[in-house]
Amino acid sequence: MATPLRLTFWTRLVEVCVLALAVCFSVGATDASSRFNDLGHRMMCTCGCAQMLGECNHVGCPESGRERQELANGIASGQTDQQILDMFAAKYGATVLAAPTTHGFDLVAWIAPFAVFAAALLGTILLVRRWSGIKGVRAAIATSGADLASLEPADRERHERIRRETGMDDGGN
Amino acid sequence: MAAFGSFALLIALALAAYNLLAGSVALRLIATGQPVRISPERLADTARRAGIAGFIATTGAVFALLWSVFNNDFSLTYILEHSNRALNPAYKFAAMWSGQEGSLLLWAWLLAIFGFVLRLRHKTDVKLYAYAGTILAGVQSFFLLLLCFPATPFALFRGVVPADGNGLNPLLQYPEMVIHPPMLYLGYVGFSVPFAFALGALMMRYPGEKWIKITRTWTLVTWLFLTCGIFLGMHWAYAVLGWGGYWGWDPVENASFMPWLTGTAFLHSVMMQERKGMMKSWNVWLIFSTFLLTLLGTLLTRAGLVSSVHAFAQSSIGTWFVTFMGVVLAVCIFTYIYNHKHLKTEHHLESLVSRESSFLFNNLVLLTACFVILWGTLFPIISEYVVGNKVTVGAPWYNRVAVPIGLFLIFLTGVGPLLPWRATSFKSIKRNFIPPIVALWTTVIVCLAVGVRPWAGGQFNTGSFYAIVDFAVSAAVLTAIISEFLRGAAVISRQTGRNLFTATWLLTRRNTRRYGGYLVHIGVVIVVIGLAGSAFNKNIESELSVNDHLNIGPYQLVCTGFTQDSNDLYDSEYAILGVSKGGQHQFNLMPERRVYHSEGQPETMVAIHSTPLMDLYVVYEGTNPDNGHPIIKAFLNLLVGWIWAGLVVMVIGTFIALVPSLSPATASLKVPATRPISVQPVLKGGD
Repeated sequence: MATPLRLTFWTRLVEVCVLALAVCFSVGATDASSRFNDLGHRMMCTCGCAQMLGECNHVGCPESGRERQELANGIASGQTDQQILDMFAAKYGATVLAAPTTHGFDLVAWIAPFAVFAAALLGTILLVRRWSGIKGVRAAIATSGADLASLEPADRERHERIRRETGMDDGGN
Repeated sequence: MAAFGSFALLIALALAAYNLLAGSVALRLIATGQPVRISPERLADTARRAGIAGFIATTGAVFALLWSVFNNDFSLTYILEHSNRALNPAYKFAAMWSGQEGSLLLWAWLLAIFGFVLRLRHKTDVKLYAYAGTILAGVQSFFLLLLCFPATPFALFRGVVPADGNGLNPLLQYPEMVIHPPMLYLGYVGFSVPFAFALGALMMRYPGEKWIKITRTWTLVTWLFLTCGIFLGMHWAYAVLGWGGYWGWDPVENASFMPWLTGTAFLHSVMMQERKGMMKSWNVWLIFSTFLLTLLGTLLTRAGLVSSVHAFAQSSIGTWFVTFMGVVLAVCIFTYIYNHKHLKTEHHLESLVSRESSFLFNNLVLLTACFVILWGTLFPIISEYVVGNKVTVGAPWYNRVAVPIGLFLIFLTGVGPLLPWRATSFKSIKRNFIPPIVALWTTVIVCLAVGVRPWAGGQFNTGSFYAIVDFAVSAAVLTAIISEFLRGAAVISRQTGRNLFTATWLLTRRNTRRYGGYLVHIGVVIVVIGLAGSAFNKNIESELSVNDHLNIGPYQLVCTGFTQDSNDLYDSEYAILGVSKGGQHQFNLMPERRVYHSEGQPETMVAIHSTPLMDLYVVYEGTNPDNGHPIIKAFLNLLVGWIWAGLVVMVIGTFIALVPSLSPATASLKVPATRPISVQPVLKGGD
């Protein structure tokens, strides 16, 4: 009887979450300064300081000033973000990009973590469901079949211990 | 002293090798029951005593190195390269681990200390301790082998000995550098002990879960050291490197974080084994992986496998490490295959929505996070190997991949305590989850109301979006944990008539492990809130002459002067900045830039003014070569103080979890006699 109520509750919760996310992602525009800041944090300074271009704090850095100027010029000339990134990669090598690209072998860098996570999540859910099934069958046998007396002594002892331990938890967390 | 140190190391190696061989033979004889002339028990005891003597020999080598550094013995190459006469005595200690040879000696010495304590406590379980001691001797032999041959700290300088040394890397001349590396190493090395017990218990098919109880304190203390080590490193990076941040996803930072993640997973999943006899194989592999990751961390730091600003000492010992890791992995796999039937689980999960399955998902997420970080760290090498093209995997990649996983983990931190063991009902879920869900959406609304909008400025801002999600999930988790405390405290309060605060304290003392753990979770949430603050950081850079000013957030910085200074160690330039807020002078800041004589390397001394809400972080970047005016970069970093405060809460929580719980009898003595006491379910752990 509680099923419709349950569905309503969870459906509404999901709806609210999806709506909130949609609102957040649906709005977007760009201006030059925010593009400069964004792109500056998607590239590395090539002076060897291992900092992002937008964060390089070396006074007299031989590279970052020129690169920032090139970035500003690229934005002013109307190039897209991708064109600017491609231009930098062509000029300074792929290591100038602070993250792998989304094509070719680089795509593996992005896909692998989520693929592993999804596979592990699916595997865990299936495993838990399988274990739950086994437990259910065991419980059914234990309760429907005559009684514990019909079990082998070792199994009976195990059942007793399981009951004792799970029924009288006294441990930590 | 160099000869003394070298001999001490050789003796330590001989003793460790004897411990390993004699221990292995004795345990084999005991296992097979083969009759022999020498009693295997006595042989095992000689192995144990050799381990104790090995500690003394390793300590002798450490003493020799420290004596050499304090006496400026520059005939030793290591001392010449990592110290000089003018070096502050505290940093002379730091010189011990500032280079590869010294840090390997530190590792060996800490392992010897752990082994010493373990061998003295052998009567707890003679056979299991004998196995663990022998395995530790194997690990110790490897490090002593490195110290005696490819990486000896007592190598003599060839040629005319210079009058003074090269000095310590200026970046390491900072108070935290005296304690950060030892803390981190205590964490790394400490995981050798649960590893040794796990492997030993598997080898001897140890019945029951006693080995987990024995190693629980070791594991928790080790985890605490590693946690403190990581945070001290973050604080050092924040205060010294001068780029305004504390975590740059550098390979070496990642290397310390990976064993922390698997160690944290282990701390959670062992509870399943203790309580339900589940996840035995999983736990064994978790601790094996954690130990291997600590070795990988050392390999990354020391062998130059990946480029890192932290790799202070690089050399060719990588091959040794890779070989040793291969041997350890082979031993683990072989032992597991041979004895895995012993790890048969006693129970299975009953429901997808239960405390057990939340532990399982927690482990899943922690290990995924570990994989993500390992993948990001090694992908440049993989890419170069596969397509011949080296790429950078920096903060943007980690922020997109690791942050969502981290948020999911925080979400589980709140969900787990709300679920009962075994199975639960929808009604129970609804009752427990409503307050956190209300807190979550209230936080979202408050954030939007105060102007935190992911789409502010005409562009979608991922940082702000994650920050809102982070604040909201954190609020939900805090509500969940606090409601757990209050529920239990309310029962005690009703029973004893004490106020809620005292009842909460009593509740915590009655189950220190559970409530100490919750406190650690609260600490983690506080840290995560602090991390989210970075989405709102601001910075500004300006050249300032006297009386010029720059504005950032609520502060105005006025340059009142700039000058230079010099001492035996370094020349420095610094600016004096008066900081006002709302037109009122508040304080002065003096950001500084030093150039050390010995290495000619500049170092930033950042001036930081911290409040609970924000840090004013000012860097002296240098001077304009044309007019000599200082260039100042000011950052307004939000909620950074929460990160350090979160660490303090985590430390307190861990200490509480380490203290034994009050037994019901002891607890009842403190309860007023006029009120009848009944044992309520809430006083029992874990339901």
